[in-house]
Amino acid sequence: MAQPSDRFYTKTHEWVRIAAGEATVGITHYAQEQLGDVVFVELPTAGKQVERGGVLGNIESVKAVSEVFSPVAGQVVAANAELEAHPELVNQDPYGKGWLVRLKAAQGSSEGLMDAAAYEKFLAEEGAH
Amino acid sequence: MTQTTLKRTPLYECHLEAKARIVPFAGFEMPVQYSGVIEEHKAVRTSVGLFDVSHMGEIDVKGRRALDFVQYVTCNDASKLTPGRAQYSGLMTPRGTFVDDLLVHKVSDDHYFLVVNASNADKDYAYLCAQAASFDGVDVTNRSDDYAQIAVQGPRALEVLQKLTPVPLAEIKYYRFVEGLVDGKRALIARTGYTGEDGFEVYVPPEDAPGLWRKLLAAGKEFGIVPTGLGARDTLRFEACMALYGNDIDDTTTPFEAGLDWIVKLDKGGFLGREALVRQKAAGIKRKLVGFEMLGRGIARHGYPIWSGGQNVGIVTSGTHAPTLGKALGLGYVPVALSAVGSKLDVEIRDQKVAAQVVDTPFYRRAR
Repeated sequence: MAQPSDRFYTKTHEWVRIAAGEATVGITHYAQEQLGDVVFVELPTAGKQVERGGVLGNIESVKAVSEVFSPVAGQVVAANAELEAHPELVNQDPYGKGWLVRLKAAQGSSEGLMDAAAYEKFLAEEGAH
Repeated sequence: MTQTTLKRTPLYECHLEAKARIVPFAGFEMPVQYSGVIEEHKAVRTSVGLFDVSHMGEIDVKGRRALDFVQYVTCNDASKLTPGRAQYSGLMTPRGTFVDDLLVHKVSDDHYFLVVNASNADKDYAYLCAQAASFDGVDVTNRSDDYAQIAVQGPRALEVLQKLTPVPLAEIKYYRFVEGLVDGKRALIARTGYTGEDGFEVYVPPEDAPGLWRKLLAAGKEFGIVPTGLGARDTLRFEACMALYGNDIDDTTTPFEAGLDWIVKLDKGGFLGREALVRQKAAGIKRKLVGFEMLGRGIARHGYPIWSGGQNVGIVTSGTHAPTLGKALGLGYVPVALSAVGSKLDVEIRDQKVAAQVVDTPFYRRAR
């Protein structure tokens, strides 16, 4: 599956889309596929300060718990409340309705992250697809 | 790092064809899921699913004193079995704890067929051999490599399997088995399972397994049969509150603590662990395996601490989001005083205490 080119990616399979100082974060298609059926999403409340690479939340599938790491530093503006009742959106639409958190991010916060092409190359090298 | 070579079941190629995700489990490369755990789980609850459980261990106990030996090493009463009947039992340590849990099939007076957990098969076999040394007239053989095992489980399991065998399956009652032809080949067909649904477990020689697997998939097509991986096998057994060795029971827990009193027959004569179990019964157990439902948001997982009144009182042994019931449930050991239905507990989930409440078990019971 092609990765959307309007955002950046991490080696731990999160994505971030930055627009007008606000960063929207989610997990990638590959990540949701690896997790399997998502049944519970634990996200931070608005106002929480997160560091780059810090734990942003937890996603649980029937089988296991996985941590989500923040691709950027910033203050949480909102968490996706839809996921409380519909955690399966993370599987169904990881790049859209399955977004996790919006952060107020600093300038230049995408530095060092992979673009879509680099992430696809990374997945290929990992032997993912 | 040590490189361990993982074994493959005879159905490994079938799993690859079905695009299974393969994981290491109990020394085997096993399918953990195909289409998705929840979808597979629901297929078994509502229709039928097919499982490769060839990793399970099979051990033959044969000889003149086969019954005496089985009676000595297990806690249930194997003398109650007649040929063609199976029973759930525990392989016991002298402390009255579990070496393993197992199915004991009586084939004939001098032949018992034991089915044990894959992760314990070598340990069990060594343990049985050591115990058999003091028994004349008992022969213990590890047959694990001689059998593939395919489980057909779900309300439509009988209809699916019936297409491939002349054996009248409806006549096989729960926990009975027969030897007969399946797909024209000799097989042992048992009406047993680990899902909480009706179904069969079919034991065949490894070389016959791939053909049978494909025939079963074809036979079940009209019912929407799906290959079902270890992920759904775990959620299915969990909802039915069937113990998982290494999680809910192990060599530190007794059948009484695990709520498996019904498999302990103290009056059947001497057996390994009997004295310890007699003492525990007289003194009363201190902790008990209970089912609980999460009241707060969160999922309890194996190993999470259980709290009550500021004290760490127990531990979660199994827990997940139960697909059929749509809620977060768990099993865990708690002090007897906190084991009654309705008792309030807290489960520690990532440094947070989340409220839970003891509920009736099993969580799921099929309508009969």
